[in-house]
Amino acid sequence: MSRIFDPNNAFMYGVVAVIILFVISMSVRFIAMAWKRAKKLGISSAVLRKTAVSAAIFTIAPAVSILLGVIALSKSLGFPLPWLRLSVIGALTYEAPAAASAASAIGYDLSRLILDPEVFASIAWVMTLGIIPGMILVPVFGKKIENGLIRLRARDARWGQLFMTALFLGMISAFLGMVFATVTEGLTGWIPFFVMTAAAGLMCLCAVFVKVLKWKWMEDYALPISMLGGMALSLPITNLVNTLL
Amino acid sequence: MKENKSFRDYEHFVGRIWMLTGLVLLLAVPASIGVVYSAWPPLAWILKGLLGVVPIYWTIAVIEVLTYVPMLGTGGSYLGFFTGNLTSLKVPCALNAMEAAKAEPGTEEGEVISTIAIGVSALVTTAVIAAGVLLLSQIRDFIESPLLQPAFDNILPALFGPLAVVYVSKNWKIAAAPLIFMIVLFICVPALASSVGVLVPVGAGIAIGAARLLYKKGLV
Repeated sequence: MSRIFDPNNAFMYGVVAVIILFVISMSVRFIAMAWKRAKKLGISSAVLRKTAVSAAIFTIAPAVSILLGVIALSKSLGFPLPWLRLSVIGALTYEAPAAASAASAIGYDLSRLILDPEVFASIAWVMTLGIIPGMILVPVFGKKIENGLIRLRARDARWGQLFMTALFLGMISAFLGMVFATVTEGLTGWIPFFVMTAAAGLMCLCAVFVKVLKWKWMEDYALPISMLGGMALSLPITNLVNTLL
Repeated sequence: MKENKSFRDYEHFVGRIWMLTGLVLLLAVPASIGVVYSAWPPLAWILKGLLGVVPIYWTIAVIEVLTYVPMLGTGGSYLGFFTGNLTSLKVPCALNAMEAAKAEPGTEEGEVISTIAIGVSALVTTAVIAAGVLLLSQIRDFIESPLLQPAFDNILPALFGPLAVVYVSKNWKIAAAPLIFMIVLFICVPALASSVGVLVPVGAGIAIGAARLLYKKGLV
């Protein structure tokens, strides 16, 4: 246990570089494959470009939030490992508890930089193995799931469409419901609800601009605009609630 | 139809190669730390650590595969499940892209749009994190300032509010039952917020049941 390990060393940054390069290559490969196919399907380049730009704008705020997760975990694990973990598979909601579970199993906590190589390696193994099933299940069962859906659509196209819609609504309902989890905590607990309502209001406003003012371009960016607007409005909403308390 | 099938088969072939290579690379990370630093922790340490996360995470992984693969399509699924951050980023991003392009999920048009959106999202996320880490000393005070904290604390409400406007308003008859159930459930048991992923298929099951009932009665 006397050896000192620096989680921010050059080797760890080298490992991150390899994984990041892989993520970039995989993304470019799949984008190229889908783009080529989209052209064959007759989808215009303008639509594809708009899709790409809208996705890029939409991603910025959540990506900054992920960066905050990297910074938070860097206090105990250095930068390379959290950077790597949050660029692939994981999300902060998985990675932070996985690291904490691995550390506490050995009697450590994440309040200070981990300098013991064996402890660090143990945390890295738990973070890796803890969320690996998705990577195995998609190649093994992905095709079967899709075939099931295709059969469903072939039997009854309308029901197939409703089935997909119901899947989305199930997911959205769970996250909308979660917004109400803090409402019993008093006025502060209503802040997520107020933010959700404000962001939803902005979406309605965008719809009005699109329909009444014919701002067609806004249609593609309505969700990122509403989300960023909702996040921005969360600042005065929080201040207002705090002044009322 | 046949061409569509062969493209999907090709995507699965390519996806499997990338996914399995990625899997090996990811396992190589802790293994390489072990080799370079002779750091081989006792198996008991790893198993004890896994015991705290596997029961929930592996269950969620199964649920996510069953729920998100039909939504994201072939390419989107391989890319989304490898690059992660599915619920808070990749799935809403793909849904928004398909909605904007008027491409129906589950169709080939929806599939290619979803794949492009997820791919771009993965590239932008990578760029933002890289830029953030490299420029950390300059931006740290700003992004970690308490003033901005509420914005990052409320990403999910700010994201799902507008999504609700798009999807719930169009399908309110189907949405009513799962939405009411989830709101009541979370108010009664707030602790469930930390395992919302497990509740996604519950919501989906209720929505599918409601949709089936309304469809049979000719109400949707």
